[in-house]
Amino acid sequence: MTLTAPLAALGRATLGVLATIGQVTLFALSAITHIFRPPFYAREFAVALLNIGWLSLPVVGLTAIFTGGALALQIYDGGSRFSAEAVVPQIVAIGMVRELGPVLVGLMVAARVTSSIAAEIATMKVTEQIDALTTLSTHPMKYLTAPRLLAAVLVVPVLVGIGDIIGIYGGFLVGTQQLGFNPSTYVRNTVDFLQQSDIVSSLIKGAVFGGIAATMGCYYGMNSGRGAQGVGRATKASVQAAAVLILAANFLLTSLFFTS
Amino acid sequence: MITFTDVHKSFGPKRVLRGVNLDIPKGESMVIIGGSGTGKSVALKSVLGLITPDSGTITVDGKDATQGDRDAFLARFGMLFQGGALFDSLTVWQNVAFRLLRGSLKRPKDEAREIAIEKLRRVGLTPDVADLFPSELSGGMQKRVGLARAIAAEPEIIFFDEPTTGLDPIMSGVINELIREIVVEMGATAMTITHDMTSVRAIADKVAMLHDGVIQWTGPVSQMDSSGDPYLEQFISGSAEGPIEAVR
Repeated sequence: MTLTAPLAALGRATLGVLATIGQVTLFALSAITHIFRPPFYAREFAVALLNIGWLSLPVVGLTAIFTGGALALQIYDGGSRFSAEAVVPQIVAIGMVRELGPVLVGLMVAARVTSSIAAEIATMKVTEQIDALTTLSTHPMKYLTAPRLLAAVLVVPVLVGIGDIIGIYGGFLVGTQQLGFNPSTYVRNTVDFLQQSDIVSSLIKGAVFGGIAATMGCYYGMNSGRGAQGVGRATKASVQAAAVLILAANFLLTSLFFTS
Repeated sequence: MITFTDVHKSFGPKRVLRGVNLDIPKGESMVIIGGSGTGKSVALKSVLGLITPDSGTITVDGKDATQGDRDAFLARFGMLFQGGALFDSLTVWQNVAFRLLRGSLKRPKDEAREIAIEKLRRVGLTPDVADLFPSELSGGMQKRVGLARAIAAEPEIIFFDEPTTGLDPIMSGVINELIREIVVEMGATAMTITHDMTSVRAIADKVAMLHDGVIQWTGPVSQMDSSGDPYLEQFISGSAEGPIEAVR
C-alpha cells in the first residue's frame, strides 16, 4: 500500500458520490418530463395515490398525535422554568406546522413508501418484469416512476396537513386533560397565532418531501443489483438517501422561508 | 430477417460478444445454443434494445434495430422470458392482454379479455385461471401464461428465452410442442435460446452455437449431429472432455 492510497480511496468515494448525485438528478428530470408526456396510466396513478396517501394515514396519525402530546409536555415543563407555561398552544402549533409535521410525515413516508417502492421495482427488475414492460411497448419510467412521483407530490402535502392537525390535537388533548388549559382558550390561541405562511410552507415542504421519497424509491429500485441481496441493498439505500435528503431539504426550505 | 453483423458487447472487463455474425431468415425458427454465460441472452436482448451493443449492427428486415419508431418496432415482437416475468400486481388475463389494454394496440376491455381467454385456451389453460394472480400458478402454468402473453398481439417475431428451464421433462415437452405449433401456425420468425437439447430438436429449423462470444457453428437442425464441429459435438454429447473448458 502506498502513502497516496488513502487519498485515492477518498477521491474514488467523492467521485462515486458526485456520479450518484448526477444520475439521481438526471433520473428525476426524466421522471418529471414523463409526467407531462402521454400516454398517462390512470390506474397506476390511482393505485399509487391509495398506497402513498390513504394507506399511510394510520402511521401518520399515530406519529403526529404522540409527537404533539410529547411536545406539549416538553414546552410546559421547559416554559415553567421562566413562567411561560401559557405559550404551550402557540409553540405546539408552530412546532408542528412549521417543522415536526412535515419532517415526521416525510420520514414516515420514506420509511413506509420509499422502501416499498424500491423493493417492488427492484424485484420487478430482478425478475425481468422491467424488461418485459419494455418489450410490451411500455416505457418503465412512464408506467412505474411517473405515476408514483406525481401521486407522492400531490398526496404527501395532504398527509402533512392531516398530520399537522392531528399533532395539534395531540397537544390540545394533553394541554386540556393533563395540564389544565381551558379548551376554548387553547383553540383560540392556536388559531390566532398561526399564519397563512406557516401553513403554506408546511404544505410546500410536504410536496418536496413526497417528491424526494418517490424519486429515491424509484431510482434505487430501477438501479438495483441482482438477486435478493440486490433488492435488500436497493431498499436500504433508498430509505437512507430519502431520509437524509428530506432532512437536508427541510433545512434549506426553512432557511428560505423563515430567514429574513 | 434478423441480421447480426460483427456485434460486440462487453460488461466491464468481461467481453461477452466478440463479433457475432448471424442471419435468421423470415419465418424460420432459429435456436441459439451455448453454455451458461456465453452471451445468448445478451444477443437476444440486443435485438430488442434492452442491451445496447458496443459495436456492430443488428438489422430487422434491413432496418437498423436501434433507429426509427420504438413502439412500432417493438409491436412486431413477442417475448417469453425465462422466469415468465409476469406482472405480480395484475391478474392472468390482464397480463396476457397487457398490450391490448394500452398503447397503440389498445382494444375495448371486453374484447381484450376475450382475446386473452382465447390465447390462454390456445396454450392449454382454462378460462378459470384468467382471474387468478400469477403467484397462484405453478411454474409450468406461469410459462404458459408467458407464452400466451407473447402471442397475444399476434407478433411477426417471437423470442423464447430458455423456455423449458425449471420445468419437469413432461412439462418441458408440452411447452416445446406448443412453441413449435404456435410458430408454425402463426408463420412467425422465432429465435430461441436454450441449452436443453430436447428443446432444440423439437423447436429448431436452424441451430447456431455461441461460444467464446462468436457463432462457432450454424446450420439446419438435421445436420447438427453430423456437423464435425468439435464444440458442437461436445455440447450435444454433454462430455466434460473437449475444446469447451469445463470448470469442476
